[in-house]
Order: sequence, then structure tokens, then C-alpha cells
Amino acid sequence: MTTVPAPRPRRWRVLRAFLRNPAGVVSLSFLILVAALALGAPHLYPDDPMEMVARPFLWPGQNPAFPLGTDSLGRDVAAGLVWGTRVSLLVGFSAMILGVTLGLAIGAVAGYFGGRVDAALVKLIEIFQTPPSFVLLIVLVAIAQPAIPTVIGAIALVTWPTIARIVRSEFRSLREKDFVMAARGLGYGHARIILSEILPNALPPVIVTASVLVATAILMESALSFLGLGDPNLVSWGSMIGGGRELLRTAWYLSAIPGFAIVLTVLALNLLGDALNDALNPRVAAER
Amino acid sequence: MTRAARLLAALRRNLLAAIPTALGIVILNFFLLQLAPGDAADVMAAESGAATEETMRQLRAQLGLDLPLLSQLMAYLGHLAQGSLGFSPRYNMPVAELILQRLPGTLMLMGFALGLAFLLGLFFGTVMALNAGRIADRALSVLTLIFYSVPGFWIGLMLIVAFSIKLGWLPSGGSETIASGKTGLDYALDRLRHMILPGTTLALFFIAVYARLTRAAVMEVAQQDFVRTARAKGLSAFAVGRRHVLRNALLPVTTLAGMHIGGILGGAVVAETVFSWPGLGRLAFEAVMRRDYNVLLGVLLLSSLLVIVVNILVDLLHAWLDPRIDLR
Repeated sequence: MTTVPAPRPRRWRVLRAFLRNPAGVVSLSFLILVAALALGAPHLYPDDPMEMVARPFLWPGQNPAFPLGTDSLGRDVAAGLVWGTRVSLLVGFSAMILGVTLGLAIGAVAGYFGGRVDAALVKLIEIFQTPPSFVLLIVLVAIAQPAIPTVIGAIALVTWPTIARIVRSEFRSLREKDFVMAARGLGYGHARIILSEILPNALPPVIVTASVLVATAILMESALSFLGLGDPNLVSWGSMIGGGRELLRTAWYLSAIPGFAIVLTVLALNLLGDALNDALNPRVAAER
Repeated sequence: MTRAARLLAALRRNLLAAIPTALGIVILNFFLLQLAPGDAADVMAAESGAATEETMRQLRAQLGLDLPLLSQLMAYLGHLAQGSLGFSPRYNMPVAELILQRLPGTLMLMGFALGLAFLLGLFFGTVMALNAGRIADRALSVLTLIFYSVPGFWIGLMLIVAFSIKLGWLPSGGSETIASGKTGLDYALDRLRHMILPGTTLALFFIAVYARLTRAAVMEVAQQDFVRTARAKGLSAFAVGRRHVLRNALLPVTTLAGMHIGGILGGAVVAETVFSWPGLGRLAFEAVMRRDYNVLLGVLLLSSLLVIVVNILVDLLHAWLDPRIDLR
């Protein structure tokens, strides 16, 4: 028997649709640049970004060696910015992966099995989704003590319900489809049907939401660091803004610059989400 | 079904669904409180200075902290039923009282932000939908995407730089001018001036949310048959837009608006902290800084219950407005 060649063209079609979207391509390129900065930080700025390197309060452009200026302790703002990308991307992507895994597991089980299991898991989702997520996040981080792993875990704990809801509704509609019935008729086990039959078909909306989740996680991490609930031993964009807060009157650039980094990164992720959505759901995109 | 019967049915359905959720949140809250470092006995001992091992054990027995977890949970539920959320030694008052004191400030700020977000979001969304694909739509799409992506605390600081420090138009923090002796209209205007910056900070994200929702809802409704009929019978574009399209588009927008109430409460933590606004959010931040877990979890519990109540109200509003919503 020959294999069915259907999936491959579809994948190429999605890629082509994505490449035709200028906003998507630009954001993806920007994100690759940010990732390169994060990876290259130890080579670009080998010294500790927390070290004093020059006279404090150099304004951007005042000294060409420090294009973005220095803060109240004479630390290089550009170095902090580059090292901060590491924290933002690490937290953003790890929290997304953890949250998506949790949401996939719970959403898939609820949607596939239905009945009482579903009812119980839906209640669980509701219980986690009802509290204001940022308040719950602060509580979790305050109790577990601020550090990168606890921040990642806490963000995943407040964001998984979004994924779980999407996955559950996808699984509910897909489990009645003919190909699932056929798989069941062939005597496949539940795990095999969930993982290799339904899951690949349920993924497109999850992929779109995942890119928005990274953006949300980066925003949450920066807000936590701004409030002083980030990892105290690392420079992050949020903590840089928090550090500049008391100096708004004299040196507002200290708060402004890291903020632009956050806005651009999060904007790129949101645009990427939109572009992925258009590429993966061509019918919806055509209606827009 | 009459309106009253519809409302009653909706209320019953909502309460049946809300009670287990509320109970679940209370239990989650209890376990988080258990996980928090230090218990009430530690706090009391720290307040009174030195305490021996023996007095600590007595204190724990007295407070019921040595009982099995289940009995402690029952005791916690019992206290809650009496409206008690515990005591905060740092503020030297019951937590429930402390929270109720701060609640009006947050509600006022939220009301202002929600109103602003709703008006502007509706306006932007309608303009976008009516010009779909054209330049106005594109420009507003970019603007709302930026609103979506801006961290609230940062835009708050930038607003302070622009409007308080550089221009000197608006105050940079607090909820009123202290000891100004203002009364009547002057006082109200003073409070309003203090509300503009934090309210705008809080509203930005939700302007974007509502604008996107409204755009989608208006475009969907505009394709329906009754809109074509209204046009065909010769109504002006404005009349069709207002009476037929917008009115029907409002329904999905309000449903989803209710879902974002938790987001606004979360955003209030940041906005209130940046602008030293005396509300629940700032209280939560202070509680974290002082490691006052009773207060922190009290805020979490109360804000969760607030979300549940608002969602019930939104659903009741729907049952009131839309006769198609029936017993489900």
C-alpha cells in the first residue's frame, strides 16, 4: 500500500501562506535577532552586567562607549538590556512549554473521555481561571520565594487553563470524527488514539495561542520583576524599569529604554500569533 | 417565558454553577495559606518578641494549628462563614475590615477604567469594522496591537514623565490632594484629576481587547439578514449602524467583557502600585513586601469572589436583554 501524500503539501501551503505575510516575516526575523542577542550575551558583554563600568547617569549618546548610557550605579544599560533578553526569553518560552504541556494533558483527557472526568476537570479549570491571574501569580511567587524556576512554574500554573479549554473543545469535536472511529475499530488504545490520531489535528489553534502565551509570560515576568518579585540575582527588563522608577525626574531614560525592548518583543510575538493564525486558518483569514 | 421567569432561571443556573467553583477557590486558598512559610503562631511569637519552644506549642494548640489538616480546613470554613479572614498583626486589624476599607478605591478605579475602555474600544472597533481593510482599519489595528503589547507599569511611568513631570498637568500619585480642604465640586474634580493617569494606564489593554471584540462582532452582525432588510427599507446608514448592528454586537462584547474582569483586577495591582493609589491591588503589593500572607490570601479570595459575582451579573444582564437565552 502506498502512503497517503496528503499532509506534506498542507505543511508547505501553511509555510507559503506565512511567508506571504510581511508582518509575520518581520516579527519572526526580529525574534530571531532577539534570540541571537540572548545567546550571544556572554560574548557581546563578557563582564557582569551588575558591575560598575563608568560614571553614573551617563545619558544615551553622551559617551559612544555606552550608547544607551549608564544607571545610578554606573552600570551599562546596553549590557543590562542584552542580558535581560536571556531572562525574558527563558521565562517566556519555558513557562509557555510547561503551560502548554499541562493544558494539553488536562484538556485532552477531559475532551477525549468526557462524562464525569470531563465535568471534574472543567471545574478544576474554572477554579484556576476565576482568580485574577496576576493576583494568583503574585501569591504563588511570594509563597514559593522569587527565583527563575518558581517564576516559570507560577506563570505556567496561571496560564494552563487557556490552553486546556482550547484543547478540550478541539478533542470534543474531533473524537466523533470518522478517522477516530476507524482507529477505535482497529483496536488502538486510548493513549495511541489521543497522541497520534487526535493530537496532531488539534494542534493549530494551540500553536497560535502558544505564541501569544510567550508574550503574556514575558509581560508577567517583567511586571513581577518590576514589583521586586523577580530573581534578585539577575538583570531583567522589568527590574531595570523598577530600578529607574525612583529616578524618573532626573533620568527617565533608565525606565524608558528597557520598556521599549519589552514592547517590541511582545508586539513581535503578538504579530507572529496573528500571522500563524492567518496561515493555519485560511478560511477565517479570507473573511477578514 | 416572561422576563422575570427568565431572570430567575438564569440566577438559579448561575448559583448552581458558582457555588462549587467558589468552594474550590476557598479550598485552594486554604492550601496556599498552609504552604506559606510561617503560621499564625510564628507571627504572634515574632510580634511579642521571644518565645520558648513550650509556649509555641501551647500557642499552636490554642490556635488549633496542631490539629489534622481536615479539622483545620473545617475551622477555616467556619471562620469564613462568619466573615472572618483572620487578623493582621502588621496592620493591627482584622483582614476582612482592612480589605473592605480598600475595596471602594479599587472599585472606583476599575469603574473609571472599564468605562473608558468600553467607550473607546466600542468606538475604535466600530470604526475598524466599518472600514475593514482600509487605511483607518489598518492604523487602528496597529494602535490596538501596541496597546495589547505595552506593559501597564511601564506606560504608567511614561505617563507620569509626560503629564506630571514634563507638562505638570496631572498629579503623579495618590487619590486626592492631602489636606487641601477642598469640598463639593472642587473635591470631586480633584479626585477625578488623580484618577486620570492610573485609570488610563489600566484601561489601555482593555481598550485593545474591546476594540478587537467589537470589530469582530460588528462584522458578523453586519452580514445578517435583518441588517440587509433594514438597509433595504431605506434606513440611513447611521440608523442601521446604531439600532440594528451595534445593539446586537453589544451582546457578545459584554459576555467577553465579563470574562476580563479578573484581568482588570490583576492590572489594578500594578497600576495602583505605580500611582500609590490606595486600593486592593496596592494592599496586595504591601502584603507581599511585609510577608503578611493572611492579607495577601484575603485579597486573592475576595477578588476571586468579585469575579464570580460580576460574571453572574453579566449573565443576568444577558437574560434580561436577550429573549433567545433560555434554560440551557
